Amino acid sequence: MRFAGIDIGSRTIELVVVDAAGEIVCSLQTDTGFDPMTAAKKLIREVHYDRILATGYGRSLFEVSFDAATVTEIKAHARGARVFFPEALTVLDIGGQDSKAIALFANGKVKKFEMNDRCAAGTGKFLEIMARTLGFEIADFGREALLAEKDLNISSMCTVFAESEVTSLIAKGQSRREIARGLHASVIRRAAGMINRVSSQGAIVFTGGVAKNPCMATLLAQKLGREILVPDDPQSVGALGAALLAGHSMSAV
Amino acid sequence: MSEDYRSMWQLLGLNLEAHDALLNVLGKAYQEIFLAQKDRPQGMAYFDFVMSEVHGLRIKELLDEKAAGRKIIGTYCVFVPEEIVLAANATLVGLCSGADFAMEEVEKCLPRNTCALIKSSFGFKLGKVCPYLESADMIVGENTCDGKKKAYESLKGLVENLYVMDLPQVKSEQGRALLKAEYQRFRAALEDLSGVAVTTASLKQAIRTVNAKRAAIHRLSSLRKADPAPISGLDALLANQVFFYDAPLRFTKSMNAICDELEARIAEKKGVFPQKTPRILVSGCPQAVPNWKLPFVVETAGAVIVGEESCVGERGTRNLTDESGETLEEMLEAIVDRYFRVDCAIFTPNPERLEHIQEMVAAYHADGVIHYGLQFCQPYLMESMPVEKALEEQGIPCLRVETDYSMEDVGQLKTRIEAFIEQLR
Repeated sequence: MRFAGIDIGSRTIELVVVDAAGEIVCSLQTDTGFDPMTAAKKLIREVHYDRILATGYGRSLFEVSFDAATVTEIKAHARGARVFFPEALTVLDIGGQDSKAIALFANGKVKKFEMNDRCAAGTGKFLEIMARTLGFEIADFGREALLAEKDLNISSMCTVFAESEVTSLIAKGQSRREIARGLHASVIRRAAGMINRVSSQGAIVFTGGVAKNPCMATLLAQKLGREILVPDDPQSVGALGAALLAGHSMSAV
Repeated sequence: MSEDYRSMWQLLGLNLEAHDALLNVLGKAYQEIFLAQKDRPQGMAYFDFVMSEVHGLRIKELLDEKAAGRKIIGTYCVFVPEEIVLAANATLVGLCSGADFAMEEVEKCLPRNTCALIKSSFGFKLGKVCPYLESADMIVGENTCDGKKKAYESLKGLVENLYVMDLPQVKSEQGRALLKAEYQRFRAALEDLSGVAVTTASLKQAIRTVNAKRAAIHRLSSLRKADPAPISGLDALLANQVFFYDAPLRFTKSMNAICDELEARIAEKKGVFPQKTPRILVSGCPQAVPNWKLPFVVETAGAVIVGEESCVGERGTRNLTDESGETLEEMLEAIVDRYFRVDCAIFTPNPERLEHIQEMVAAYHADGVIHYGLQFCQPYLMESMPVEKALEEQGIPCLRVETDYSMEDVGQLKTRIEAFIEQLR
């Protein structure tokens, strides 16, 4: 038996297939684009599986189009994070358009979670737009920010307001790297607030696309004084979790 | 609704075009949200009929009552005592405040960061789409939260017949005295309006009528303790919403008929959801017609709502008025006693509310609580944090939701609620 998990996010789609023992057989990724179901269909054509479970913001659409069961990103990330860090009690997932802090019971069940509401403040989309405003590639954004000697305070959390704040800082001749560092710090303040509401101590597993940004993990560890654990491929943790949950009985889903 | 009502709406001064649009949206939503449910009790056909005629037949009935000399009193709050209204030969109706309407006009009068309920009450007035408001001989505003009491200052400029009732904010002797004085003043104002004096006989009858209506709702609530749930939370919320609009005697009769049917269902172990479906208690801000957003999301995500700790729910209907009073004074005292126990978040401190939430969790065998807060509703949002903390200390999962009447956050709301339900399984 093979089980697949597909995580249809706002920016990317990940597909992970595991075997009956839960070992990863393959892991694929594509951009979501403007037609997520076509992109998802392309991905699943490339693999074989017996059962699939969908997660991510596009899960309901997938459920209708492919008659598949669904699970929320919260449960999927909680499950996936445990593969790499079986003792983890706290998970932070920051994706393209939302962010979640999740506290787990010792048995891995979700105890409590916090999620950003409505807008893209404090998410990957925020960082992406800010990187573009500052003329950085998103892949280099975190590394560049880490090179700054200090951070400039950015007070706006709203993407629209922050963009104009950044524009005025650029106009004042401030360093791009320092502005970048300040932007990272503002996202961290928000994420730290969410984490503190669900869990007060212990290591934190950091998942989602934003976990690939080295500045985020560094600043988060500094801000909270807690160990930050980033899996090798943090972006596919949700899809892996969904694949493993697909392997459970439907009642466990 | 039939064409016959158009001239009635026109006479009431409604904006027919906007009103048509509203009814159209409402009809579609009702179809998708209520009629699409499976295994509904047959008795819900009554409520379907009431809702299909909510701006038609019911308004015609009210206008007929007016023609026969009764007065219509519109209200936005459960502190307005229906007993006194009925005893003064008047009818009490809840006014529309559960949907966004004419928001651009509303935001000329109210700040953007005003809660959806207050904005909605203005929207229905400014958009000229609420036949209840336009039929009312008196509109009662009440000094509950800051948002409402300041908004009534502006509403006064939009309607001619606003009556503002002051309310206490502390459950002290002085607070109770204020409530009593305000109910006496209200009674005099009603008597002036209707020209009919409240008598011991009329007040006694009114207390019985309203108690019977509440008792019927209590019976419904009690049947919701069963697993499998014999009625959906959506349908039960609808019954609680219609409580504010319908003719009291007919409501009581119809509610009891549904309860008979539900009792038979429970005996057969029949329900609207399978046994062991996660059970949710909703607690917080009122959900006025047609605000069905939260229960729709919850019940399409695989859980059932088994109780509402809300003004449109048990906060509003809990406790009967003592019927043993023989003099006007004794009966008024009993009415004051009954309403003074309402645990609205405008009171400080308000420990009874938390106690009631805990009691309801136990009584309805709820697996978790969703705290429903309207954005910018300071009293309930403030209380949501200590409520969450207290519940979690007792091992009762709690999800705090902050939302409004718009549909823009439905995707995220769905994710949060689904994850919460996963947590309860």
